[in-house]
Order: sequence, then C-alpha cells, then structure tokens
Amino acid sequence: MEQAIEARGLIKRYKGVTALDGVDLTVPSGTVLGLLGPNGAGKTTIVRVLSTLLRPDGGSARVTGVDVLARPAEVRRRIGLSGQYAAVDEYLSGYENLEMIGRLYHLGKRRSRARARELLASFRLEDAADRPAKTYSGGMRRRLDLAGALVADPPVIFLDEPTTGLDPRGRTEMWDVIQTLVAGGTTLLLTTQYLEEADVLADEIVVIDHGRIIAQGTADQLKRQVGGERLELTVADVALLAHVAEALTPLGVGHPTVDDGRRSFVMPVSGGPEVLSEALRRLDERQVRLEDVGLRRPTLDDVFLALTGKTAEQDGTPDAQGGA
Amino acid sequence: MAVPYVLADAAVVAKRNIIKIKRVPDLLVFTTLSPIMFVLLFSYVFGGAIDQEGGGQAYREFLIAGIFAQTVIFGATVTGAALAEDLKKGILDRFRSLPMAPSAVLTGRTFSDVVNNVIVLIVMGVTGLVVGWRIRSSFWEALAGFGLLLVFAYAISWIMAWIGMLVPSPEVVNNASFIVIFPLTFVANTFVPLDTLPAPLQTFAEWNPVSAVTQAARELFGNIPPGTPAPTAWPLLHPEVYTLIWSALFLVVFVPLANAQYRVSTSR
Repeated sequence: MEQAIEARGLIKRYKGVTALDGVDLTVPSGTVLGLLGPNGAGKTTIVRVLSTLLRPDGGSARVTGVDVLARPAEVRRRIGLSGQYAAVDEYLSGYENLEMIGRLYHLGKRRSRARARELLASFRLEDAADRPAKTYSGGMRRRLDLAGALVADPPVIFLDEPTTGLDPRGRTEMWDVIQTLVAGGTTLLLTTQYLEEADVLADEIVVIDHGRIIAQGTADQLKRQVGGERLELTVADVALLAHVAEALTPLGVGHPTVDDGRRSFVMPVSGGPEVLSEALRRLDERQVRLEDVGLRRPTLDDVFLALTGKTAEQDGTPDAQGGA
Repeated sequence: MAVPYVLADAAVVAKRNIIKIKRVPDLLVFTTLSPIMFVLLFSYVFGGAIDQEGGGQAYREFLIAGIFAQTVIFGATVTGAALAEDLKKGILDRFRSLPMAPSAVLTGRTFSDVVNNVIVLIVMGVTGLVVGWRIRSSFWEALAGFGLLLVFAYAISWIMAWIGMLVPSPEVVNNASFIVIFPLTFVANTFVPLDTLPAPLQTFAEWNPVSAVTQAARELFGNIPPGTPAPTAWPLLHPEVYTLIWSALFLVVFVPLANAQYRVSTSR
C-alpha cells in the first residue's frame, strides 16, 4: 500500500530537553493513525515537524512521497492542519475565516467562496456563518478550525488533540465529523490523550512517551496488551484490601493495583459482567463491605500503567518550552 | 514563489486585518477617535499659549503637519503589536501550514497599516479643516505631502514588524516603541520651531527624519508662514529627499530583518 506519511528517526531537542528521540512512523494512505500520549510526550512536536512548521534536528519525513525538509512548500499544498488551540481568527466570521484560507490555498475567489459555504453547511455552522468566531462555543470553534484544514480537500490531514477541552457532547459531535471525513478516504494523523478517542477513530495507535514510541498496534492489540476492562472497587476499611486481593486476583488477566490511601483495588479483567458478578459473589462470601464497585474501560492511565508501570500523570512531564 | 502570489496573498492577509479594524473596538478608537483628540488637544491647549496674538490660528497651521507625522508614526506601531498578538495565538501556525507566500504575513500586515493610516489622515485632515487648518498649496502638492507621510510611516512599520517578531508580547511592543518614538517625535520641529530648542537638541532635531517629513509636509501643504527664515541644515533644505533616503534605508534594513525574525520566531 502507498504510504501517505513516513517518518524516520525524527529527533528534536529544546535547550537540553529531548522532545523527540528517534520517532519512526508510517501511515498508509486512507488510514487513521492515532498518536496517543500524555501532555509533553512529543505529540504536538511530531505534528509540527510533519506539517513543515518545525525543522527537526535529525531524521527525515515524507508526506505523500514529498520530502518535508527539502520541499516544504510542496507539502503544504497537500496537507491540512488543525491544532489544539483552534487557530481561527476570532474577529472574522466563520465564513470569512474559511474564505481567507481558500484564497491562501490559491483556490481563487469563486471556489474559495463556494467551498466556505459548503463546509459551513456540512459542519452545521450555517446559522453562525456570518457571526465573528469570537461568539462561537468551544465545539463550534473546533469544527470551524477543522473545516479550515479541509478547505483545499487535502489528501493528508493532521489533527492535534481535536477534542481536548470539549464537553462530552462536543466530543461526540467532533467524532462524528471526523468519521465522516475518514469515510471519504482522507489520511489522518490524530493526536489525543484519550484512549477511547483513539479507539473510536484510529485504525492504528502509536503510544508515545518522552518523545519515544513505547507501543504500537491496533486498538484491539493494544487493549489485549493492556488487558480488557478494569474491575475497580473501594472498600470501607483498608484492612479488608488484603482479603480482596486474595479473593479476586485469580479472576484477573493482569496484576492488580492496590492503593491503601484510597482504599481501592483495580485489576484488568476480561469477560465483563460475569466477572463482576463472580467477584461480588466471592466478596460476599468473605463478607467484605464495599463502598463502590464497577467495571470500566481502560484509560490512557491504564495503558501507561501496563506499559511503563507508571501512570500517565506521574510520568507526564510538563510541556517542553514551545510546545511538545 | 511567484511575485504575483506574494502580492495576492498579502492582499488577503491585509483584508483580514482591515476587517478587524471594524470589529475590535480598541482599534477603531485608536484609528478614529485618538487622531481627532490629538488635533483638538494640541491646537487648543498649546495653540493659545504659543501664539497668543493670532488667537492660535498661525500655530494651528504650523502644528497640523507635526501632528500628522506623529500620529501616522504611532499608527505604524499597530504593526508590531498586532503581529506580536498573532504570534501569541495560533493563527500564524495556520498561515504557515498553508501554501501561501511566507513573506505575505508581514507584507499584508504592513499593507493594512497603510490603509489604517489613510483613514487616520482623512479623519485628522477633516478635524484640522474644522479647527482652521488650510491647505495653501495645490491639490497635487498636498497629495504629495500625504503620500510622503504614508511612505515614511510604511517604512517605520517594518521596524515595528521586526520588533513585534522579536519581543514576547504585544504590551512589550507598545512600551518599547513608546520609549523610542516619543523622543523622536518630540525632539523635532513637530510641535515647536527648531530655534526654540537648546543647541545640542537642535542639531539632533535638524537631522531627525521626523523633522524632515514634517518639514516636507508643511511645505507641500503651504503651511510655512511667509517671512519664516529658511532652515540652514541640509536635511531641512531637502526634506523630501531626506525623508525618502531614510524610508529606503529603513526598508532595506528591516524588511529582511523582520522576515528573518519571523522565520525564527514562528518555527520554535
């Protein structure tokens, strides 16, 4: 299959901090790559390098076969970028923003206008089309920003944390929009802090930490590695945690995590509700009193815990200067 | 990148900035109200004190070109502050990810500031006429006077573009430019005749390009009262040429500097 994005050995340093430490990426045409990692892992740096905004200190990259370092202007014609900060001009209306971008892609006046109206309609921004973007909600701004990346219908799109800061409804709306886009055959590189988001949107997921790739595979492969769901429970009395661990560990598919301070017990399981009811039965037998119990899907924290033995939060370093 | 694209892209960026003048109240006030205020304040506060027997009329006429010069130079600082603002937000990343001419971002900014200064000059001109200023030369000479003011301010806006790319925030641009521009526009013939200045300041003022652009505008508007002794310093004897020399110098130095700094500051 033809590769839409290829990167080899990308290295970027900021004043002694290594933001990228030899990153290799391959994204086949028409697929979605989810770049998953905590803040400061290097996700944004990768996007900035691949979208020609930042020169790496080492390595090479091609987008649709064009060398990013040697022919950046050529690459810019073939990509669309939508950043986490929603780079729309807040004093321009949605229409004016998109029309301006069309003109700067050199689509010409007529096509720029038609394309702006078209995108506003398909992103459900028609009613707000002529209002300054300042008056938009967070979700509307993100949609406008994404629409900006699509103006020239580029074959490759970079989305940097498209849903960070959105409420659950805004997030679901954004997912719908992205899924429609992908169905049209666009290649997408998406960064996110949410495993669930990568799961829903990406064909392949790359987990990144400290500028290095620490795992990669489909969502299913990754989840197998991380181990299905999480059985999570809180006991009334710390002393009971030992009983809980003894009773439930055989039901798990991975090592449990016991937190005395929170009086909590978390363990990867597979088998869903049956495991939960079996666990409750066993605890009932031992007369362990629970404050809270439930099954949940694994989060980025769980992925990190499984891959590195640390949680993403403990592990996440603050953003390197100038974004990471 | 072909030259027509640079201009077309710059025009698109300039249009964006001009739309903003309408929508950002601060900019609108800066553009329309403060020029009116300057003309009125200087004319009536200083006018009465400096030229008592004429009721301020002669001084007002002398003053207008100076206020024009000062205001368009301050208008040029918008360039720096606006660019610093854009740099802080994500919009420059968007521009840089597009196949547009990279230099169009700064060129477009400086273009829109010319438009801004044209509006400023119209507003000030009308206010000036209301308070008794008159153009006593020909239409073409007056037009040349306005043109010269705009050219000089345009050159200054490239210095500001460079500063805007260099400093971390719009506020710093404003402070930095005030420190430089206030003395430059005051130690000149903008508001007072040069012979009233102490000797060292007088020499500085004679060679100050702000004096030259003011002198040129004054001459071209026909606002030099008859009987005024001719200036002795070369820059003031040839104010048009001297203004154009400085403008060219600023452009030759700061257009490349600003564009280089743009590349450095945006690719962090």
